[in-house]
Amino acid sequence: MTAPTAAGCAAPDQAAPLPASIDLEKETVITGVVRSAQGEAVPGAYVRLLDSTGEFTAEVVTSPAGQFRFFAAPGNWTLRALSRHGNGDAAVTADRGIHEVAVTVTN
Amino acid sequence: MSRDTALVSADWAEKNLDAPGVVFVEVDEDTSAYDTGHLPGAVKLDWRTDLQDPVRRDFLNKAQFEALLSERGISNDDIVVLYGGNNNWFAAYAYWYLKLYGHREVKLLDGGRKKWELDARPLVADPVTRPATQYVASEPDNSIRAFRDEVVAAIGTKNLVDVRSPDEYAGRLLAPAHMSQEQAQRGGHIPTAISVPWSKAANEDGTFKSDDELRKIYGAAGLDDSKETIAYCRIGERSSHSWFVLQELLGHRNVKNYDGSWTEYGSLIGVPIALGDEPGEA
Repeated sequence: MTAPTAAGCAAPDQAAPLPASIDLEKETVITGVVRSAQGEAVPGAYVRLLDSTGEFTAEVVTSPAGQFRFFAAPGNWTLRALSRHGNGDAAVTADRGIHEVAVTVTN
Repeated sequence: MSRDTALVSADWAEKNLDAPGVVFVEVDEDTSAYDTGHLPGAVKLDWRTDLQDPVRRDFLNKAQFEALLSERGISNDDIVVLYGGNNNWFAAYAYWYLKLYGHREVKLLDGGRKKWELDARPLVADPVTRPATQYVASEPDNSIRAFRDEVVAAIGTKNLVDVRSPDEYAGRLLAPAHMSQEQAQRGGHIPTAISVPWSKAANEDGTFKSDDELRKIYGAAGLDDSKETIAYCRIGERSSHSWFVLQELLGHRNVKNYDGSWTEYGSLIGVPIALGDEPGEA
Protein backbone atom coordinates (compact mmCIF):
# COMPACT_ATOMS: atom_id res chain seq x y z
CA MET A 1 0.00 0.00 0.00
CA THR A 2 1.25 3.44 -0.83
CA ALA A 3 1.17 5.77 2.15
CA PRO A 4 -1.17 8.71 1.51
CA THR A 5 1.46 11.38 2.01
CA ALA A 6 1.87 14.36 -0.30
CA ALA A 7 3.55 13.32 -3.53
CA GLY A 8 7.27 13.69 -3.07
CA CYS A 9 9.80 15.63 -5.05
CA ALA A 10 12.05 12.80 -6.19
CA ALA A 11 12.49 12.14 -9.86
CA PRO A 12 10.19 9.43 -11.22
CA ASP A 13 11.12 6.57 -13.57
CA GLN A 14 12.21 8.26 -16.79
CA ALA A 15 11.24 5.31 -19.01
CA ALA A 16 7.61 5.14 -17.86
CA PRO A 17 4.98 6.13 -20.43
CA LEU A 18 3.30 9.51 -19.90
CA PRO A 19 0.45 9.03 -17.44
CA ALA A 20 -3.00 9.23 -19.05
CA SER A 21 -3.85 12.05 -16.63
CA ILE A 22 -1.32 14.37 -18.30
CA ASP A 23 -3.13 16.97 -20.40
CA LEU A 24 -0.78 17.95 -23.24
CA GLU A 25 -2.98 20.96 -23.99
CA LYS A 26 -1.77 22.29 -20.63
CA GLU A 27 1.61 20.66 -20.01
CA THR A 28 4.95 21.56 -21.58
CA VAL A 29 6.91 18.31 -21.77
CA ILE A 30 10.63 18.35 -22.62
CA THR A 31 11.94 14.88 -23.29
CA GLY A 32 14.79 13.17 -25.12
CA VAL A 33 17.78 10.86 -24.98
CA VAL A 34 21.34 11.50 -23.79
CA ARG A 35 23.92 10.01 -26.17
CA SER A 36 27.68 9.72 -26.18
CA ALA A 37 29.77 11.19 -29.01
CA GLN A 38 29.63 7.69 -30.57
CA GLY A 39 25.83 7.87 -30.59
CA GLU A 40 25.22 5.35 -27.81
CA ALA A 41 22.46 6.01 -25.29
CA VAL A 42 23.86 6.97 -21.86
CA PRO A 43 21.94 5.51 -18.92
CA GLY A 44 22.49 6.99 -15.45
CA ALA A 45 23.36 10.47 -16.73
CA TYR A 46 22.29 13.39 -14.53
CA VAL A 47 20.23 15.81 -16.62
CA ARG A 48 19.29 19.22 -15.23
CA LEU A 49 16.79 21.67 -16.60
CA LEU A 50 18.00 25.27 -16.28
CA ASP A 51 15.71 28.26 -16.75
CA SER A 52 16.35 31.24 -19.02
CA THR A 53 18.65 32.79 -16.37
CA GLY A 54 20.63 29.55 -16.01
CA GLU A 55 19.05 28.75 -12.64
CA PHE A 56 18.47 25.10 -11.71
CA THR A 57 14.84 24.01 -12.09
CA ALA A 58 14.95 20.21 -11.92
CA GLU A 59 17.21 17.21 -12.32
CA VAL A 60 16.54 13.60 -13.33
CA VAL A 61 18.66 10.51 -13.94
CA THR A 62 18.34 8.94 -17.40
CA SER A 63 16.68 5.54 -17.85
CA PRO A 64 18.53 2.42 -19.08
CA ALA A 65 17.77 3.70 -22.62
CA GLY A 66 19.17 7.16 -21.82
CA GLN A 67 15.76 8.86 -21.64
CA PHE A 68 14.81 11.93 -19.60
CA ARG A 69 11.61 13.94 -19.22
CA PHE A 70 10.61 17.27 -17.67
CA PHE A 71 7.31 19.01 -17.11
CA ALA A 72 8.17 22.65 -17.67
CA ALA A 73 6.33 25.77 -18.82
CA PRO A 74 6.50 27.63 -22.13
CA GLY A 75 9.81 29.48 -22.49
CA ASN A 76 13.54 29.09 -23.10
CA TRP A 77 15.32 26.31 -21.27
CA THR A 78 18.75 24.70 -21.21
CA LEU A 79 19.41 21.01 -20.64
CA ARG A 80 22.72 20.16 -18.96
CA ALA A 81 23.87 16.55 -18.71
CA LEU A 82 26.67 15.16 -16.50
CA SER A 83 27.89 11.59 -16.92
CA ARG A 84 30.93 9.38 -16.62
CA HIS A 85 31.22 9.74 -20.44
CA GLY A 86 31.46 13.51 -20.20
CA ASN A 87 29.09 16.45 -20.09
CA GLY A 88 26.90 18.28 -22.62
CA ASP A 89 24.28 21.00 -23.09
CA ALA A 90 21.31 21.65 -25.37
CA ALA A 91 18.98 24.64 -25.64
CA VAL A 92 15.23 24.39 -26.24
CA THR A 93 12.46 26.89 -26.79
CA ALA A 94 9.30 25.18 -25.64
CA ASP A 95 5.57 25.80 -25.98
CA ARG A 96 2.80 23.55 -24.71
CA GLY A 97 2.99 19.94 -25.92
CA ILE A 98 5.89 17.50 -26.23
CA HIS A 99 9.40 18.63 -27.25
CA GLU A 100 12.05 16.07 -28.19
CA VAL A 101 15.61 17.24 -27.51
CA ALA A 102 18.83 15.31 -28.07
CA VAL A 103 21.76 15.88 -25.68
CA THR A 104 25.24 14.69 -26.60
CA VAL A 105 27.90 14.28 -23.92
CA THR A 106 31.60 14.46 -24.69
CA ASN A 107 34.77 14.40 -22.60
CA MET B 1 28.03 23.04 14.05
CA SER B 2 30.42 23.40 11.16
CA ARG B 3 31.52 21.76 7.94
CA ASP B 4 34.08 19.62 9.83
CA THR B 5 31.46 18.01 12.04
CA ALA B 6 28.46 17.91 9.70
CA LEU B 7 29.94 16.82 6.38
CA VAL B 8 32.21 14.01 5.17
CA SER B 9 33.90 13.76 1.78
CA ALA B 10 33.56 10.86 -0.63
CA ASP B 11 37.22 10.02 0.01
CA TRP B 12 36.62 9.84 3.75
CA ALA B 13 33.54 7.70 3.19
CA GLU B 14 35.33 5.25 0.91
CA LYS B 15 38.09 4.81 3.53
CA ASN B 16 35.59 4.32 6.34
CA LEU B 17 33.08 1.94 4.73
CA ASP B 18 34.06 -0.84 7.16
CA ALA B 19 34.87 1.35 10.15
CA PRO B 20 33.26 0.10 13.36
CA GLY B 21 30.63 2.43 14.76
CA VAL B 22 29.98 4.10 11.38
CA VAL B 23 26.68 3.32 9.66
CA PHE B 24 26.03 4.48 6.11
CA VAL B 25 22.39 5.07 5.29
CA GLU B 26 20.99 5.76 1.82
CA VAL B 27 17.82 7.86 1.93
CA ASP B 28 15.52 8.39 -1.01
CA GLU B 29 11.93 8.79 -1.95
CA ASP B 30 12.33 6.01 -4.47
CA THR B 31 14.73 3.38 -3.14
CA SER B 32 14.98 1.41 -6.40
CA ALA B 33 18.43 2.96 -6.95
CA TYR B 34 19.57 1.44 -3.63
CA ASP B 35 18.36 -1.97 -4.71
CA THR B 36 20.45 -1.91 -7.89
CA GLY B 37 23.58 -0.64 -6.16
CA HIS B 38 24.51 1.13 -2.92
CA LEU B 39 27.60 1.95 -0.87
CA PRO B 40 29.00 -1.32 0.51
CA GLY B 41 27.37 -1.99 3.88
CA ALA B 42 24.84 0.83 3.64
CA VAL B 43 21.28 0.29 4.88
CA LYS B 44 18.34 2.17 3.36
CA LEU B 45 15.57 4.43 4.51
CA ASP B 46 12.60 5.15 2.27
CA TRP B 47 11.35 8.71 2.72
CA ARG B 48 7.76 7.73 2.08
CA THR B 49 7.31 4.27 3.55
CA ASP B 50 9.81 4.47 6.44
CA LEU B 51 9.90 8.11 7.48
CA GLN B 52 6.23 9.18 7.21
CA ASP B 53 3.35 8.13 9.42
CA PRO B 54 1.25 5.67 7.36
CA VAL B 55 -2.04 7.39 8.20
CA ARG B 56 -1.68 11.01 9.31
CA ARG B 57 0.28 13.63 7.40
CA ASP B 58 3.21 13.81 9.79
CA PHE B 59 6.41 12.04 10.38
CA LEU B 60 7.00 9.18 12.82
CA ASN B 61 6.41 9.68 16.50
CA LYS B 62 9.18 8.90 18.99
CA ALA B 63 8.18 5.25 19.51
CA GLN B 64 7.85 4.61 15.77
CA PHE B 65 11.22 6.25 15.14
CA GLU B 66 12.87 4.14 17.86
CA ALA B 67 11.40 0.98 16.36
CA LEU B 68 12.64 1.94 12.88
CA LEU B 69 16.23 2.68 13.89
CA SER B 70 16.36 -0.40 16.12
CA GLU B 71 15.17 -2.59 13.27
CA ARG B 72 17.76 -1.10 10.85
CA GLY B 73 20.51 -1.85 13.34
CA ILE B 74 21.43 1.74 14.20
CA SER B 75 22.43 2.42 17.80
CA ASN B 76 22.58 5.66 19.74
CA ASP B 77 26.39 5.68 19.70
CA ASP B 78 26.81 5.09 15.96
CA ILE B 79 28.07 7.79 13.62
CA VAL B 80 25.34 7.90 10.97
CA VAL B 81 26.49 9.01 7.51
CA LEU B 82 23.56 9.87 5.25
CA TYR B 83 23.58 10.08 1.48
CA GLY B 84 21.08 9.83 -1.36
CA GLY B 85 20.02 10.87 -4.81
CA ASN B 86 18.37 14.17 -5.79
CA ASN B 87 21.44 16.08 -4.61
CA ASN B 88 21.00 14.74 -1.06
CA TRP B 89 17.56 16.34 -0.57
CA PHE B 90 16.10 13.35 1.22
CA ALA B 91 19.38 12.61 2.99
CA ALA B 92 19.32 16.20 4.30
CA TYR B 93 15.72 15.66 5.40
CA ALA B 94 16.80 12.52 7.28
CA TYR B 95 19.71 14.48 8.82
CA TRP B 96 17.28 17.10 10.11
CA TYR B 97 14.96 14.33 11.32
CA LEU B 98 17.73 12.47 13.19
CA LYS B 99 18.79 15.76 14.79
CA LEU B 100 15.19 16.43 15.76
CA TYR B 101 15.10 13.11 17.64
CA GLY B 102 18.45 13.82 19.26
CA HIS B 103 20.91 11.55 17.43
CA ARG B 104 24.37 12.70 18.50
CA GLU B 105 26.61 12.03 15.51
CA VAL B 106 25.01 12.57 12.11
CA LYS B 107 26.89 13.50 8.96
CA LEU B 108 26.03 14.09 5.34
CA LEU B 109 28.14 12.63 2.52
CA ASP B 110 29.15 15.63 0.40
CA GLY B 111 27.85 15.17 -3.16
CA GLY B 112 25.67 12.22 -2.18
CA ARG B 113 24.97 9.46 -4.62
CA LYS B 114 25.60 11.65 -7.67
CA LYS B 115 29.24 12.45 -6.95
CA TRP B 116 29.82 8.85 -5.86
CA GLU B 117 28.46 7.58 -9.21
CA LEU B 118 30.22 10.20 -11.34
CA ASP B 119 33.49 9.32 -9.57
CA ALA B 120 32.85 5.63 -10.42
CA ARG B 121 33.26 4.63 -6.78
CA PRO B 122 32.11 1.14 -5.68
CA LEU B 123 28.41 0.28 -5.53
CA VAL B 124 27.13 -3.17 -4.61
CA ALA B 125 23.66 -4.73 -4.78
CA ASP B 126 24.09 -7.17 -1.86
CA PRO B 127 21.33 -7.11 0.72
CA VAL B 128 22.56 -5.58 3.99
CA THR B 129 21.31 -6.63 7.39
CA ARG B 130 22.58 -5.34 10.69
CA PRO B 131 21.79 -6.84 14.08
CA ALA B 132 18.84 -5.12 15.72
CA THR B 133 19.50 -2.56 18.43
CA GLN B 134 17.55 -0.94 21.25
CA TYR B 135 17.46 2.63 19.98
CA VAL B 136 16.28 5.31 22.40
CA ALA B 137 15.25 8.68 20.91
CA SER B 138 14.92 12.03 22.66
CA GLU B 139 11.70 13.98 22.69
CA PRO B 140 11.40 15.88 19.38
CA ASP B 141 13.37 19.13 19.34
CA ASN B 142 10.84 21.50 17.82
CA SER B 143 13.34 24.36 17.92
CA ILE B 144 14.29 23.22 14.39
CA ARG B 145 10.77 22.52 13.11
CA ALA B 146 8.26 25.21 12.10
CA PHE B 147 4.49 24.72 12.03
CA ARG B 148 1.95 26.64 9.99
CA ASP B 149 0.73 29.19 12.56
CA GLU B 150 4.28 30.17 13.31
CA VAL B 151 4.95 30.58 9.60
CA VAL B 152 1.95 32.87 9.11
CA ALA B 153 3.08 34.90 12.16
CA ALA B 154 6.58 35.17 10.67
CA ILE B 155 5.40 37.13 7.63
CA GLY B 156 7.18 40.47 7.69
CA THR B 157 8.99 39.71 10.97
CA LYS B 158 11.33 36.70 10.60
CA ASN B 159 13.44 35.60 7.66
CA LEU B 160 11.35 33.40 5.43
CA VAL B 161 13.45 31.63 2.83
CA ASP B 162 11.75 30.01 -0.14
CA VAL B 163 14.22 27.49 -1.55
CA ARG B 164 12.16 26.31 -4.54
CA SER B 165 13.04 27.17 -8.11
CA PRO B 166 12.33 30.77 -9.26
CA ASP B 167 9.33 29.62 -11.32
CA GLU B 168 7.76 27.84 -8.35
CA TYR B 169 8.40 30.94 -6.19
CA ALA B 170 6.70 33.19 -8.73
CA GLY B 171 3.73 30.83 -9.10
CA ARG B 172 4.48 29.92 -12.72
CA LEU B 173 5.13 26.28 -11.72
CA LEU B 174 3.44 24.36 -8.90
CA ALA B 175 6.03 21.61 -8.56
CA PRO B 176 9.58 20.81 -9.61
CA ALA B 177 9.76 20.50 -13.39
CA HIS B 178 10.33 16.75 -13.44
CA MET B 179 6.79 16.30 -12.09
CA SER B 180 3.34 16.81 -13.51
CA GLN B 181 2.07 20.31 -12.72
CA GLU B 182 -1.51 19.42 -11.74
CA GLN B 183 -1.73 20.09 -7.99
CA ALA B 184 -4.44 21.05 -5.54
CA GLN B 185 -2.71 24.03 -3.93
CA ARG B 186 -2.48 27.60 -5.24
CA GLY B 187 0.76 28.88 -6.75
CA GLY B 188 3.01 31.61 -5.40
CA HIS B 189 5.02 32.19 -2.22
CA ILE B 190 4.60 33.37 1.36
CA PRO B 191 4.64 37.19 1.35
CA THR B 192 8.03 38.67 2.37
CA ALA B 193 9.84 35.37 1.77
CA ILE B 194 13.13 35.82 -0.06
CA SER B 195 13.95 33.46 -2.92
CA VAL B 196 17.17 31.50 -2.48
CA PRO B 197 16.85 28.30 -4.52
CA TRP B 198 18.46 25.35 -2.70
CA SER B 199 20.56 24.77 -5.83
CA LYS B 200 22.48 28.02 -5.27
CA ALA B 201 24.17 26.25 -2.35
CA ALA B 202 25.37 23.28 -4.38
CA ASN B 203 27.88 22.69 -7.12
CA GLU B 204 26.88 20.81 -10.26
CA ASP B 205 28.19 17.52 -8.83
CA GLY B 206 25.99 17.89 -5.75
CA THR B 207 28.74 18.96 -3.31
CA PHE B 208 28.19 22.05 -1.18
CA LYS B 209 29.82 25.34 -2.12
CA SER B 210 32.46 26.80 0.21
CA ASP B 211 31.42 28.61 3.39
CA ASP B 212 32.52 31.95 1.91
CA GLU B 213 30.45 31.40 -1.23
CA LEU B 214 27.46 30.34 0.86
CA ARG B 215 27.69 33.40 3.13
CA LYS B 216 27.78 35.66 0.08
CA ILE B 217 24.74 33.98 -1.50
CA TYR B 218 22.52 34.42 1.54
CA GLY B 219 23.89 37.88 2.29
CA ALA B 220 23.21 39.07 -1.26
CA ALA B 221 19.67 37.66 -1.05
CA GLY B 222 18.99 39.82 2.02
CA LEU B 223 19.00 37.23 4.81
CA ASP B 224 19.32 39.10 8.12
CA ASP B 225 21.22 36.69 10.36
CA SER B 226 20.24 38.58 13.50
CA LYS B 227 16.69 37.29 13.00
CA GLU B 228 15.18 33.83 13.22
CA THR B 229 14.85 32.01 9.94
CA ILE B 230 12.26 29.60 8.55
CA ALA B 231 13.07 27.69 5.35
CA TYR B 232 10.42 26.03 3.21
CA CYS B 233 9.99 24.37 -0.17
CA ARG B 234 7.19 22.13 -1.41
CA ILE B 235 7.30 19.16 0.97
CA GLY B 236 10.24 20.01 3.23
CA GLU B 237 13.17 18.09 1.76
CA ARG B 238 14.80 20.79 -0.36
CA SER B 239 14.39 23.14 2.59
CA SER B 240 16.15 20.55 4.79
CA HIS B 241 19.09 20.97 2.40
CA SER B 242 19.03 24.76 2.95
CA TRP B 243 18.41 24.33 6.70
CA PHE B 244 21.55 22.15 6.72
CA VAL B 245 23.54 24.89 4.97
CA LEU B 246 22.39 27.67 7.29
CA GLN B 247 22.45 25.90 10.64
CA GLU B 248 24.96 23.09 10.23
CA LEU B 249 27.52 24.55 7.81
CA LEU B 250 27.28 28.30 8.48
CA GLY B 251 26.39 27.94 12.15
CA HIS B 252 23.34 30.21 12.18
CA ARG B 253 21.14 29.85 15.27
CA ASN B 254 17.37 29.63 15.29
CA VAL B 255 16.85 28.16 11.86
CA LYS B 256 13.72 26.08 11.40
CA ASN B 257 12.55 23.84 8.59
CA TYR B 258 8.85 24.14 7.73
CA ASP B 259 8.16 20.59 6.56
CA GLY B 260 4.50 21.34 5.80
CA SER B 261 5.92 23.70 3.19
CA TRP B 262 4.02 24.79 0.10
CA THR B 263 1.77 21.73 -0.12
CA GLU B 264 0.34 22.82 3.22
CA TYR B 265 0.60 26.61 2.99
CA GLY B 266 -0.72 26.78 -0.58
CA SER B 267 -3.79 24.78 0.50
CA LEU B 268 -4.71 26.90 3.55
CA ILE B 269 -7.87 28.97 3.36
CA GLY B 270 -7.45 32.68 3.91
CA VAL B 271 -3.67 33.06 4.16
CA PRO B 272 -1.91 35.71 2.05
CA ILE B 273 0.01 34.66 -1.05
CA ALA B 274 2.40 36.75 -3.16
CA LEU B 275 2.74 36.16 -6.89
CA GLY B 276 5.66 37.04 -9.12
CA ASP B 277 9.39 37.42 -8.60
CA GLU B 278 9.33 39.97 -5.73
CA PRO B 279 8.89 39.07 -2.03
CA GLY B 280 5.77 41.22 -1.68
CA GLU B 281 4.37 43.13 1.30
CA ALA B 282 3.39 41.86 4.74
